[in-house]
Amino acid sequence: MRVSIFVTCIVDQLFPQVGMAMATVLERLGYEVDFPEDQTCCGQPAFNTGYRDEARSVARHFLKVFRDAEQIVVPSGSCASMICHHYQELFAGESERLEGRVWEFSKFLTEVAKVEDVGARLDKVVAFHDSCHGLRDLHIKEGPRRLLSRVRGLTLREMDTAEECCGFGGTFSVKFPEISGGMARTKIDSIVRCGAEAVVGIDASCLMQMRGALSRAGLAVETLHLAEVLAHR
Amino acid sequence: MTARDEILKSAREALGGGDVQPEATPAARIRIPEVALEARIASLFRAVCALAGKTFLAGSPADAQAYVAALIGSGPAVASNAAVLRECGIADLAGVQTGFTDLQELRQACASAPFGITSADYALADTGTLVMLSSPQEARMISLLPPVHIAVVPRSRILSGLDELLSLVPRPGEISSSMVLITGPSRTADIEQILVRGVHGPGEIHVLVS
Amino acid sequence: MTGPPEQKIHETLENPRLQAAIYSSTARLADHRRTALATLPEYEELRTQAHLIKRHTIENLGFYLEQFESNAKAHGAQVVWARDAAEASDFVWELAKRKNARLLVKSKSMTSEEIDLNERLAHHDLEPVETDLGEYIIQLAGERPYHIVAPALHKTRYDVADLFSAKLGVPREIEIEKQTAIARSVLREKFLAADIGISGANFLIADSGAVTIVENEGNIRLTTTAPKIHVAIAGIEKLIPRAQDLAVFLKLLGRSGTGQALTVYTSFLTGPRRAAEIDGPDELYIVLLDNGRTRLLADREKRESLYCIRCGACLNHCPVYRKIGGHNYPWVYSGPIGAIITPQYMGVEHEPWLPFASSLCGACAEVCPVKIDIPKHLLTLRTQVHAAEAERGQGRMERLGFRAWAWVMRHPRIYEMAGLMASAVLPGEHWFSKAPGLLNHGPLGAWLSQRDLPPVGKSFRQLWRERRKAAE
Repeated sequence: MRVSIFVTCIVDQLFPQVGMAMATVLERLGYEVDFPEDQTCCGQPAFNTGYRDEARSVARHFLKVFRDAEQIVVPSGSCASMICHHYQELFAGESERLEGRVWEFSKFLTEVAKVEDVGARLDKVVAFHDSCHGLRDLHIKEGPRRLLSRVRGLTLREMDTAEECCGFGGTFSVKFPEISGGMARTKIDSIVRCGAEAVVGIDASCLMQMRGALSRAGLAVETLHLAEVLAHR
Repeated sequence: MTARDEILKSAREALGGGDVQPEATPAARIRIPEVALEARIASLFRAVCALAGKTFLAGSPADAQAYVAALIGSGPAVASNAAVLRECGIADLAGVQTGFTDLQELRQACASAPFGITSADYALADTGTLVMLSSPQEARMISLLPPVHIAVVPRSRILSGLDELLSLVPRPGEISSSMVLITGPSRTADIEQILVRGVHGPGEIHVLVS
Repeated sequence: MTGPPEQKIHETLENPRLQAAIYSSTARLADHRRTALATLPEYEELRTQAHLIKRHTIENLGFYLEQFESNAKAHGAQVVWARDAAEASDFVWELAKRKNARLLVKSKSMTSEEIDLNERLAHHDLEPVETDLGEYIIQLAGERPYHIVAPALHKTRYDVADLFSAKLGVPREIEIEKQTAIARSVLREKFLAADIGISGANFLIADSGAVTIVENEGNIRLTTTAPKIHVAIAGIEKLIPRAQDLAVFLKLLGRSGTGQALTVYTSFLTGPRRAAEIDGPDELYIVLLDNGRTRLLADREKRESLYCIRCGACLNHCPVYRKIGGHNYPWVYSGPIGAIITPQYMGVEHEPWLPFASSLCGACAEVCPVKIDIPKHLLTLRTQVHAAEAERGQGRMERLGFRAWAWVMRHPRIYEMAGLMASAVLPGEHWFSKAPGLLNHGPLGAWLSQRDLPPVGKSFRQLWRERRKAAE
């Protein structure tokens, strides 16, 4: 069984350990993991800032790189949503070939690999953050929670703002840094309230956002990508 | 060109048409559940109580009259000209002023009376709603100005809900200039989201089923 | 061309009391909505129907407008068409003059705020008295509403106490029930003495020529019953085809807005009072307002913005609104719906920052009872803003930046090299935050004030290659 991974530009450059963790979990499940080296970005930053032509050109590159891939696994809800939901706004017809082949990581595990227990162990109390695009575009809600519930030693708590946006929003955080920071603070207040030692998510960008607020508040709460938790033994 | 002509023209140009009779209007979901009368009364009362309203099931006209008498004491109360109020003897109670046909007199009475007594054309069981159509028998203000509103609804007029009402009365305008759905006492939460009852309309309502 | 009101936003964010008020009020409304929808299993079906009925009505607007007018007149109402704010307000002023009206009362109406009715009439010394408690409070304070449904959300009982004692000359009272009683008695006098009552309309019913208005206080009933003349001002998009359609819309409006199955009062008004009816207005004027709506109509994709039933649910769930509140939006319509209709009414050059003030989280679209795809329209508006900027020769830096970025992203080896350069030049943790000048200013500096870039080391692809080499 073969899967191709699209690690996303942010994981590639800033959080490589997330990509490695995801590959590790997939390999443990018996998949042969392929990393097409020409991959770069899905185009979302340009698309969300209103630069459609630029987004399209980058997306076209993505389509070329992954043209022959059978299954593509992505450690990001927002990038997977960009490809699965917004490519059709950029192209007519060209992106249909991707339908059913692009998977956010947790969805791949629960719906394609059909596993929930990946043999992980992590002794921690964690809360799960529902990344917006994953939640609302890809309906990712229960899957990661089921995966986390099978991690030995892990206690899963619910924060009362689980579904609220962390405030990153790509260029939103650049154009409106104060509002973005305010949204992050609301988020971390509720993480503290639920007593979690770490917040887990499926998007590195959200985690980076929350990490910023946590460190500025002097809090010892960790930020972990789901892949890192599931790779942990 | 008049404003009317300009607006219609502007709309037509924007839509590339849109001013001829469309073929079909999309359906509005109207479901009328089968609900036995007892269940309707129970549901109506539950809903009214949940809104801090009071309820009473009158076994007879005398029961209804006694309830109102106990409530209003010496009044004064303004009662509408609805037949059911006469039938229950409510219109004859001491302290009840009724038979108004003059607007000024009615306004003055309503503005100073602590109680307003009306009938209701229908009640909606699922939401605890009173439906009142204005008419020579039912002036609008009686259920609006006095701080306590007492409504007498014949049990045959209790409908399952809004869907049934709109099926029975698809064109309220053909009957009356005003149809009002009253669901509980007047309320606001405009200051600090704290609930206060009886802002402009009645703060206390009594639903009597006759 | 203006930027966002940064100072005002900053002050709002740094005001703990205001933050708590906005957050908790919206949380409460959102909770009530959730509870109310739990008892409406047909919710999704109703949403779809509402969307379809609105679409049908908007796409046949000319027909339904004429049908409405004809039915309204048949029941004795007068229908007035107003192209813009001035025309609508002038009508009210002319009518007041003709009828020697000295006192006007009005109920809560976002449409009347949109046309600045109070300000325009104030020029003629005829400012109407607001009768909705929240609107009355902010009228006394000289402010705009803070929220579509809860206009005085930002005021405490102490603010109200100060306001009432200063403006009404009553002894200072901090108990909310007593404050409400004060307002009730002051306003009751106004209702009973007023010459004209002005309202908005939640729905215009085409097959009946009727106006449907919802409320909880009773001030709308009083405004539309006590004075001899009733004027209802409504945007032309408020039309729905049949009274029966209220079976769909009323269920959605109450629950989405405040979590009520039905608001306390729903008035269905068809013409002035009939001859035999004892009370009610002698005259009813219905003002059909365009004020740019026909311009929005022309945009096939974004015209669904006109489906809005003004429930306020999108505001209550918007993480941005919940931080900055209603007064930081440039127009009377705030929150997500405000963000998409303001540029459509005013032009994208008017407040070009507005469509960008969103993280595109999608919570608004999730709760919209008529299924307006707000995030999609925000994205389209962003593209339109850039197109307008390009035409004016502005925004070149950002566009070139993205063009360069896209070029790098299409050339994997260049992209890799850029990554390698960054990691070679940057020695590790928190370099950026310690860097003088260069990177610590402008948007990047502001971005970095709130979050950190992780220590930049080897990229994933480097690690992947190394691992593969080690395995060989």
